[in-house]
Order: sequence, then structure tokens, then C-alpha cells
Amino acid sequence: MSARTLTIDGKQISAEKGASVLQAATEAGIKIPTLCHLEGVYDVGACRLCLVEVKGINKLLPACTTRVAEGIEVTTNSERLNKYRRMTLELLFAERNHVCAVCVANGHCELQSLAYGLGLDHVRYDYIFPRWEVDDTHRLFGMDHNRCILCTRCVRSCWHIEGAGTKNVAGRGAKSKIITDLNQKWGDSESCTECGKCVMSCPTGALFKKGSAVGESERDRTKLEFIVNAREKKQWNA
Amino acid sequence: MSKRIVIDPVTRIEGHAKISIFMDDAGNVADAEFHVVEFRGFEKFCEGRPYTEMPGITQRICGICPVSHTLASAKAGDAIMAVHIPPAADKLRRLLNLGQMIQSHALSFFHLSAPDFLLGWDTLPAQRNVFGLINSNVDLARAGIRLRQFGQEIIEVLGDKKIHPQWAVPGGVRSALTAEGRAKIKAWLPEAYATTKIALDLFAKVLKTHKAELQIFGNFPSLFMGLVTPDGSWEHHGGKLRFTDSSGSIIADQIDVANYADYIGEAVQNTSYLKSPYYLPLGFPAGIYRVGPLARLNIAERMGVPQADAELKKFKKLGRGAVTSSFLYHYARLIEILASIEFVEQYLADDELSSHYLRADAGINSLRGVGASEAPRGTLFHDYTVDRNGLLQKVNLIVATGQNNLAMNQTVAQIARHYVRGEKIEEAMLNRVEHGIRCYDPCLSCSTHAVGQMPMHLQLIAPDGKVLDEKMRG
Repeated sequence: MSARTLTIDGKQISAEKGASVLQAATEAGIKIPTLCHLEGVYDVGACRLCLVEVKGINKLLPACTTRVAEGIEVTTNSERLNKYRRMTLELLFAERNHVCAVCVANGHCELQSLAYGLGLDHVRYDYIFPRWEVDDTHRLFGMDHNRCILCTRCVRSCWHIEGAGTKNVAGRGAKSKIITDLNQKWGDSESCTECGKCVMSCPTGALFKKGSAVGESERDRTKLEFIVNAREKKQWNA
Repeated sequence: MSKRIVIDPVTRIEGHAKISIFMDDAGNVADAEFHVVEFRGFEKFCEGRPYTEMPGITQRICGICPVSHTLASAKAGDAIMAVHIPPAADKLRRLLNLGQMIQSHALSFFHLSAPDFLLGWDTLPAQRNVFGLINSNVDLARAGIRLRQFGQEIIEVLGDKKIHPQWAVPGGVRSALTAEGRAKIKAWLPEAYATTKIALDLFAKVLKTHKAELQIFGNFPSLFMGLVTPDGSWEHHGGKLRFTDSSGSIIADQIDVANYADYIGEAVQNTSYLKSPYYLPLGFPAGIYRVGPLARLNIAERMGVPQADAELKKFKKLGRGAVTSSFLYHYARLIEILASIEFVEQYLADDELSSHYLRADAGINSLRGVGASEAPRGTLFHDYTVDRNGLLQKVNLIVATGQNNLAMNQTVAQIARHYVRGEKIEEAMLNRVEHGIRCYDPCLSCSTHAVGQMPMHLQLIAPDGKVLDEKMRG
């Protein structure tokens, strides 16, 4: 595999052709904030948290879906990027009903820790306070659309790790929502294998194990990585 | 037509209240009403949430008594799951509630009420607070603050946080008492006992010098309600309901908390957002009852621990039948602190509190669950109705401050009758009215009250609705 040489934050880096800027940065020990990215499933560039500056290109590019190229100069941390990342987070908080203090994911939430990390102490936009429901019809798991940020991690892990294809996205814009099968109650889904991978992949408290109390939703993503690694490296082949 | 004095606002949970005092044509006080709107909205916006989140959500109602809400809520959750929680979990919850009793009662006594009767009613408002107490008796103030800290440390040892511990859950609790936690609490005991003794001695002196207050500050016949053990002893978490009358006779006993609605009616008055609970068999308003420390000590035959039992005997002598003066809420609070410390000491010697069998697991087995617990201010009910998936359909919270609503009205009226003269509002009257309410340590004391003053807006209104005089505070 041929290598590409690029610069990230002034550091000379060599990455494999076809790798994303995010992968190259991560391998070089440079941390870029992400939210919709999940190891083991393809990237969709949905959340815009990993936006980076590339010299010579005016618009900001998502590091997760931008491929490395010879000689590019990438900046992952700047005043401008922080401003946009904060704004993105503020819009996420304003769009649905995120109440950290009483959330099952309190203390284990990626949205919350990113907000802490970027010093987000208030939201400048008006909260929309939409009315979203909780789907607690499944035997084991629940989905609270109030806390969903539409990162589609659950959809991707359901389709591409488990292969069940239960979770999907319906609707447009702010009215988009994660659905189960043909927009049925989760408890009525025939395709759901009850594997729980969607719950493991959720960055917020939108998907949770039923019966969870405040702050109890701790995610174990190592299981997802284990499965993906084992499959890709053919560890299960005798 | 009559005149009306309005003290407004005490309208928000941060500690705002509104008081109306009605005057008759002769210029005498006819009646009074105390209004609070502290829980507006909670019952509504909890609808649709999973019941398992409720101990976390409802404790956000209050920063002083979050433990009471989280425990009553967890109990309602137990009832929905239809489980008996592991014995260790029950003991641990009780230990948490005792910590709550100690910290809240210490706050009420030392920070909020003592400045009134130790510094004097007519002290300037700027000094009539905990800082004034620090200036006049720094050792007492420090001891009181530390007693509160002791209660909060118990809460923190168990739930990781002094305020809003995410620890009690439907089915049990999340963690046991550690050896370090046990040692930490134990080290506090001698100081906690000593401070309580100082406070009890102090209040014994106050009783001698405040005979008028004993008569005027809410001294009237009423029923008393609270939880008792099966043998009629003091109870704070679990147990069943008992009602007694002002002669001390038991009129209803060992009522399952789930059946509270058969005994407690809720009258809606169009002048108040707050419902006025009353004892249903006697009707409204004859069924007026009081809850909280005074009520708990009136209904209990014994505390169940030696030192507090000795104090209870002295307390019971202050009334014929029941002890009916609301000024004695303060005394009752101190006795409950003492009992709580004694019970804490007992629990520290119990190995079961280190058990790891702490949480029962079950699905939705009952579509309705009622949980009750004795909050520092009185019996707290959480009544939930859920769907088959455990999402809340209906939430009813009956809180102590609400149950004391009618009694607070009477107290305010009684004090006003003694001190309101003519058409001017005197500072001395405002202060005494304030204290009349403070006897009950209502939940609206949360923030602004905590520095010694309730924000009040008092209006004197003529029969034609004209405002004769007005005073704002806070």
C-alpha cells in the first residue's frame, strides 16, 4: 500500500493511501473531537464535530470523510474551528430535549463530555422543546427520541455489524427520526435480534437498557470493536 | 365586606410565598391563607418518562430535601415492580433518610429559626440571620453548621453527592456502605451528640422565656398524621399511616400508604395553586391535620432509642393529649435529630449494610405504585400510574408543605390576630408571621430563605380591593 505524506498541526505524518484524515490524526496521537464516528462502521460525516481546516481550501472539511492526500496541510485546532464546533453542539442541544442532570447517560455521555471539553456553559439559540416520545415497548431496551442527535451510529451498527437492518432513519431535517423496521414500535419489530449493539453504540442517552436509572447507562464499546476486529482480521476462521 | 392583607409573593420554589390575611369590618383578622406553588409542572412533565428515571427527576424538586423525593419515588417504583427490596437496601435507604433528617433539621433550627428566638423578634432583619448568630455566639453557629454537615456527609458517603445523590433506584439502591464510609460517619458521632444536647438545653431555656409564643404560634386543635411502625413507634421510612386527634386518641391506624386516597382528600381553593389536603372522613375544613416532626412525635408512642425516648417523655408533657403548639415543631425537630443520630449509630454496627445484594430485579407488575416516606417536613407521597411498558401516565405528589397548608393558614391567622393593629403593616408583625410559617420549615425555604429571610410581599387590602399599605421584602 502506498503511503501519503501530509502535515497535521505542523507535524509531518505518513498515512496509508485511502485513510481518512481522522485516522491519520488518531494514529499520530492528535485528537480530533468526534460524535458520529464509531470504530468498526463506515463514516457518514453527519455531526460536523470533526471539521478541520485544509490549507488552500476555503470551506471546512470533516476529518472522518476526507481522505489523506500528498502534501496537504491540515489544522485540527483553531479559534475558527472551536467556534464552529461549539456552535454545532449548541444547535444539537437546542434541537431536542437534553437534560443531563436526569439523563440515564449522565457522566457517560459523549455529547456531554464534548460540551464540557469545549467549555459550553450556555446555549445562545432558543431551545425548540419538541415533543418526542419514549419507545419503551421493547423487552430489553428503550429509545428516547428526546436525546437522539441523529448520528446514525445505531443504524450503521445494526446494518453493518449485526446485519439485522432494524434501525433506519425516516423524515427530513429536524423532523428526522430513528425508526424501527417500517416505523413500528420497537417491541413489534420482527427483524430486531435483541443484540443490543445499537445501545452500545449510542453516544447519548437516547438508547438505553430498560430499567436504567439516572447516570447508569455506561457504554461498553469494546464489544463492538472486538466483533469488528475479529471479523476483519478473520480471527474466527479456523 | 371585609379587608384583606396580602403577603405576596412567596410564589416560587426558590422561596417565595404569598399570604392573605382577611380582615372583617371591625378591623379584626377574620382568616388567613398561605399559598405556595412549588411543584407546579412536575406532575405534568414527568408524564411519558420511564418510572426508573423518577428518583432522579423528582429529587430535583428541591435542593434541601432531594433525598425525601428520591426515596419516596424509589418506593413507588418498588410498588410498580411489586417487589420486596433486599433487607440491606432497605436499611441503607433508612440510613440515607436519617442523614437527610439530621441535615435538614439542623438547617431549620440553627440557620433559619434560632436567629429569631435567640436574637429576638425585634432585632433588625439585617442581623436576624445565621450571620447575626455567628456574631453573637460563634461556637453555637459553628456547631450547628457542622451538625448539618454530618447529615450531609452521611448522604455523600452513600450516594457520592451531598445533594441529588443518584443512588436510590426502584428495587433497591446502587451501592453498599463501605468500610471507609462507616469509619467516617462513626467519627462524627460524639460531636453530633454533643451539639444536639447543647441545642436541646438551649431550647429548654427558650421554652421558659417564650410562653407567649407557645400560645400564639399555631396553638390550635388539629389532627396529626405520619408513619408509624407496626407497634406504634416513630417511623421515618416504611411503616403505615396513623392519624391521631388533638386529645391524643388514635382515630385511624396502620393504613397502607397505597390507600392514602381513602383518608386524605384534596380540597382545591380558587385562591391558591396549592391543594389543601384534609382528613377525608371529617370533611373540609374540619379534617385539618398537621404533618412533620410535631405530628410524628404526637402519633408515636415511643422513639425506639433510649436518649430520644427520654426527651419524648418531656415533650409529651407539654400538651394535654397531643402537643398542639406549632412553636414546638422546633423541639420536635431536635428530638428527631437525636433519634436519628442514635439510629445511625445502630446501623453502623450492622454488617448487613455492607451486603452486595442490594437490588431487586423485576418488570412492570403493577400499573400503579404509591411510595411514601417521612421527609423532614412530613409525610411525602409519590403516586405513579404507568403503562405496560413503565412509562408514566399520571403522577400525583402530595408533599408535606401542602399538607400543612391549612395549619399554616391557621397559624398565620392566629399570629395576625395578636399583632395586626389598624391599617399599617408593622415590621414586628411581618417577622412574627414569618416565623409562624418557619415553624413548619416549609419547603419553600430552599434558597433565599437559607440566608434568613423569606422574600415576602405583604399587602393590606380594604374591603373594596384598595391597597391600604404594602411592604416588599427579599
